Amino acid sequence: MPLPAIDQRSPVLRMANVDKVFGGVVQALSGMSLNINEGDFISLLGPSGCGKSTALRLLSGLLSPTAGRIEWAGGYQKGDLGVVFQEPTLMPWATVGKNVSLPFRLRGKSQKAVQAEVEEALALVGLEGFEDSFPRELSGGMKMRVSIARAMVTRPRLILMDEPFAALDEITRFKLNNDLLALKERIGCTVVFVTHSVFESVFLSDRIVVMAARPGRVIREVQVAAPYPRDEVFRTSADYAAYCRQASEALQDAMEAA
Amino acid sequence: MTLADSSPQPQPQISAPDAEEAKRARTRRIEKTAKWVLPFAMAILAIVLWDRIVVWNEIPHYILPSPARVWDSLTGDWDILWDAALLTGRITILALGLAVLGGAGLAILFNQSKMLELSFYPYAVILQVTPVVSIAPLIFIYVDSKIAGMLLCAWIVAFFPVLSSTTLGLNSVDHNLRDLFRIYGANRWQRLTMLQLPSALPYFLGGLKIAGGLSLIGAVVAELVAGTGGIGSGLAFRIQEAGYRLNIARMFAALSLVAAMGVMIFAALSIFSHLMLRKWHESALSREG
Ligand SMILES: Nc1ncnc2c1ncn2[C@@H]1O[C@H](COP(=O)(O)OP(=O)(O)OP(=O)(O)O)[C@@H](O)[C@H]1O
Ligand SMILES: [Mg+2]
Repeated sequence: MPLPAIDQRSPVLRMANVDKVFGGVVQALSGMSLNINEGDFISLLGPSGCGKSTALRLLSGLLSPTAGRIEWAGGYQKGDLGVVFQEPTLMPWATVGKNVSLPFRLRGKSQKAVQAEVEEALALVGLEGFEDSFPRELSGGMKMRVSIARAMVTRPRLILMDEPFAALDEITRFKLNNDLLALKERIGCTVVFVTHSVFESVFLSDRIVVMAARPGRVIREVQVAAPYPRDEVFRTSADYAAYCRQASEALQDAMEAA
Repeated sequence: MTLADSSPQPQPQISAPDAEEAKRARTRRIEKTAKWVLPFAMAILAIVLWDRIVVWNEIPHYILPSPARVWDSLTGDWDILWDAALLTGRITILALGLAVLGGAGLAILFNQSKMLELSFYPYAVILQVTPVVSIAPLIFIYVDSKIAGMLLCAWIVAFFPVLSSTTLGLNSVDHNLRDLFRIYGANRWQRLTMLQLPSALPYFLGGLKIAGGLSLIGAVVAELVAGTGGIGSGLAFRIQEAGYRLNIARMFAALSLVAAMGVMIFAALSIFSHLMLRKWHESALSREG
């Protein structure tokens, strides 16, 4: 199903004029506003220390804003989200199956009751048959897939990802980028994705929010109007190169603004 | 070069990494055998030396008995020694069990309630740093039952490593996992059972290994302080008693049983620990190659 144009999508979560100050001195975010709409793939792009992770932790409810508001649109539950961190963050003592079923089990469901969902999530990330493996038996890329399966097993409206592929090699990263887009298409969720990489942000997202540091704030938003599904053809197209240039320039501005 | 050609001629050129690998494999094999053979060889060497020193210097047996005499005592006095070993062993294992319950239980309580921790942790430390030999006589004044007194002594020595290592473990949860649990709305009980206890397991098992040795020490000290009376006598008492009678051979025999018991406890706990962790923990990985 083709998504409606960006400005017609219904809102999911809104950050309005949010400040975050750590310990009364470190101004991590200043006046940040962001509208997240149904079906968006938003990348937060910016230099190290500009508050991308802080923004994500605010969205996930792990932090509360010093000033400003974070509002879920009507009809959405506060906890209706999945998260993927930079590290796979799996429980080493639990099998892949148990790791993936964690969000369900924390809601009081038994492993048995959600078996079908777990198997489906593992199949979606291409890990069928690994249910009884332990995380240490998997490669870095496979662990990340398990982490992604865990984030989407409950079919949340919103998935937050904090540089999930930063520690992976380029080949694995490309593969996971493709798979992530396919997945998003399949389950129709909304994604906020933190990254350092201009190329990754252009390939994945329809909106790139470029941030500057000290204090962390939004500098510019770049819209990537290229249609989904995107594939290797897009990766080598002139459009892609043009968007990358645009995003790079915005990032350059962000660095100079700091 | 044919297969039949087995004369020590220049070897066919094998690539360097293979030679390196073969060499490493050989070293590993040798080390594996040596791990068992060397300690045995050392023991035999020491016993032979001991025997020769006694014979050559004509040392009287009430000063240093020969190994053969110790062996005679071990087999001759087996009934007495075995009963003593059973008593000491029972106290040790019971004390270890109580140390695990008390240490891990306190760790969990302290972890759940900061107020409890602030109130009682200092006293746990004080109990630990005060030498048990100096507390034991008091204990036997106030505790009527010898067994209970001995258990208490051994427990005091053994519970602290379990407490402190479990506490460390409960607080060593990966912070991303902790965040994940918060995001998914885990309650206190879920956080404890599904996150903190599994994270603490390797730490707990490390503390357990130390506690095993310490509970034996505690039991031995308690016996020495308690003396005999009504309940039969453990190994430590037998050592003391044999010393008064200048039966040095029996002292050595009883001592070797105490040592054997310590080794057995340590081995059993190591195996237990390995079984608990082998599926997932780094310390129990048997890496290929
Ligand atoms: N818990 C905290 N306490 C104090 N300061 C913090 C805390 N978390 C973040 N900061 C500060 O807030 C600023 C933004 O941090 P944040 O982790 O959000 O950056 P980031 O954009 O994610 O950086 P990176 O790309 O390196 O991950 C930094 O200056 C950091 O030092
Ligand atoms: Mg970050």
